[in-house]
Amino acid sequence: MQEQDKHLNTLTEIRDLMERSSRFISLSGLTGVAAGIFALIGAWVAYYYAGISFSNEFTYNERFSVRELELFLLADGLVILIFALGFGVFFTARKAKKAGLKVWDKTTERMLINLMLPLVTGGIFCLILIFKWELIGFVAPVTLLFYGMALINASKYTFHDIRYLGVSEVILGLIGSYFIGYGLLIWAIGFGVLHIVYGLLMYYKYER
Amino acid sequence: MKDIIKNLNKVFDNRVRLGIMAILVVNEWVEFKQLKMMLGVTDGNLASHISSLEKKELLEVRKMFVNRKPQTSYCVTDLGKAAFQEHLDALESIISMKKKLPE
Repeated sequence: MQEQDKHLNTLTEIRDLMERSSRFISLSGLTGVAAGIFALIGAWVAYYYAGISFSNEFTYNERFSVRELELFLLADGLVILIFALGFGVFFTARKAKKAGLKVWDKTTERMLINLMLPLVTGGIFCLILIFKWELIGFVAPVTLLFYGMALINASKYTFHDIRYLGVSEVILGLIGSYFIGYGLLIWAIGFGVLHIVYGLLMYYKYER
Repeated sequence: MKDIIKNLNKVFDNRVRLGIMAILVVNEWVEFKQLKMMLGVTDGNLASHISSLEKKELLEVRKMFVNRKPQTSYCVTDLGKAAFQEHLDALESIISMKKKLPE
């Protein structure tokens, strides 16, 4: 019996080592929470200042021309992205430091490359949708679809839970591409609410 | 039963050696410092276990200079991968076999 326990312990230890050494585990749940909060702020700015409605067709606002509106929303998104990334890096670096790990190593690199490939593709595709075809209504669902795919792809190299967040984003993106006109609403749910919920779940699961 | 125990590799009897192999099979090249950190062992201890694995041709060593500092990395050989897998399989079958036996 003792012999068996010893072997079982060895196996568990091996699995743990293989897991820890090949996955990026410094990702903090608070990164998700921060990203979610900024996304909600961004959605509110789009709603309040640009007059984008949460619930129906694109309503034309007299304050901006269409081109100005596009640029305003793009700037809004970029500012949110920068803030979310900044806080994300901060919380992740803090977690790595606490655990005595390096923030940047092979696992970080592998995770980021696998995240960025679908994400950059989606980003370029959205720019084409906006500036070449003026299909603004598709931008929100398309960002969610590509972001979800990026998360599913990256989940192989970090916490497995990220996969479920990815699947949720994809489902939301599909719903959004069917009900065009609710872009801001699904965007706020996908990038705001889902990030906060998953971030908190991850935080309580791994960091307390 | 005897056959299975025969499959347990003596080289992997040691916790550190087994740990080194576990990390190497899921990574391409791993630096000495990283191995040390993940296994929580001293330089001397790690070096001696690595050299015994190297003698058995279970891992490969690469030395190079990064920013003028020497850096040593390790990678598992095909032989090492196969030996490690065999050892894991043996461990697993021992565990599942004992479970089936009544106490």
